[in-house]
Amino acid sequence: MSNVVVPTTLDEALALLAADPQLSPLAGGTDFMVEVNHGARRPVRVLALRAVAELRGWRRDGDVLVIGAGCTYVSMADPAFAVAAPALAQAARTIGSPQIRNVGTIGGNLATASPAGDTLPVLMALGARVEVASTEGTRTLAVDELITGVKRTVLHPAELITSVRIPVARGPQEFCKIGTRNAMVISAAGIAVVLDREAHTVGCGLGSVTAAPVRATDAETFAAEAIDWSTLRAGAGTTERFGTLAADAATPIDDHRSTAAYRRHAIGVMARRALERCLS
Amino acid sequence: MSTQSYRLRVNGADHEVAEGWIGESLLDVLRDRLGLPGAKNACEEGECGSCSVLVDGVLSCACLVLAAAAIGTEITTVEGLGAEGALTDVQQAFIDAGAVQCGFCTPGLIVAIHDLLDQDASPERLVVEEALSGNLCRCTGYGRILEAVDLVAARRSAS
Repeated sequence: MSNVVVPTTLDEALALLAADPQLSPLAGGTDFMVEVNHGARRPVRVLALRAVAELRGWRRDGDVLVIGAGCTYVSMADPAFAVAAPALAQAARTIGSPQIRNVGTIGGNLATASPAGDTLPVLMALGARVEVASTEGTRTLAVDELITGVKRTVLHPAELITSVRIPVARGPQEFCKIGTRNAMVISAAGIAVVLDREAHTVGCGLGSVTAAPVRATDAETFAAEAIDWSTLRAGAGTTERFGTLAADAATPIDDHRSTAAYRRHAIGVMARRALERCLS
Repeated sequence: MSTQSYRLRVNGADHEVAEGWIGESLLDVLRDRLGLPGAKNACEEGECGSCSVLVDGVLSCACLVLAAAAIGTEITTVEGLGAEGALTDVQQAFIDAGAVQCGFCTPGLIVAIHDLLDQDASPERLVVEEALSGNLCRCTGYGRILEAVDLVAARRSAS
């Protein structure tokens, strides 16, 4: 058998994976190859997913957007995608550089499970459902069920992430992140705020400030009650309070990219601004 | 060590890669096995863009492509952009605008600018800056590189 396989169907990919526990799935390579190049990963056999047709692209299924695990960031920055999923399109647009966005995938962002994965706060705010498959069948997980810690997931070796389902936008959404430059930066902190004008709910996901993805639930509940849903306005002090509650949900650390204190502060500022933009 | 033999199609020609370690990046294979040193090796993590190539027409960092998984694709490196021995219009504009200093980032920028101008014949400055945001240059301050892009766009629209 070949040590590097490039299947074209999902069934073929899952069968190969089930038969070989040492087969490493490879999507866009933007995380995988960095580890290989730096000697942190020595693949024995590789399952390249780039040619698996079922994993590509995205489609709208009524009120749901079904995003293939192999959907690239550049595809998610597409204007048609941005209409249905504004915050995810914003996040996709800010990731890496054109070279990275051309090949990096949403499935890879989830499977890598870095606290700094920029799609993760958006998917949390949206209550995304992640479909995972193996030859044994499929299961569906929330993002915080899939990702349990820094670069840790509940994926079994024979499982692949196949798609992500999110609701089509029913109100304003904003994604913000901060780092040392606009392009090609790993977030020091990030946040997504999603308003649902029909359900009268607010989703708020935090990035780079917790080991595993979280929602700022106190901030969400507060804002949902404070917003006048008929006019999309809120009383004085609402956005400031929202920022404070969002920052309270952060449990950041000091590392080479930033400090815990700065990250918490940045979450408060960005949460306030994101809600202000949603309400303006 | 896990190896594999495979064939890559680069700049319109097939190349055999015999018994390559499967973890080898396309960048390493291009430079060390296929004698194509145009793509440069600096960061090996997709940060600098100096190894930019086109894979099936898609601008990519060769350091982030697993070479053995690139079978069946059409790879274009800076060496394959122009006719044999001739400069492309982007390369000529780099000379005319004085956009080359140490030259290390130049091949990656040339590939990225061809990709940009093939998609957008007369991009606004902000579009150019975003398109080149994954290509680092530590010498020029980018001013003359941006001038070179404008020069190519103007020359193409005039011809």
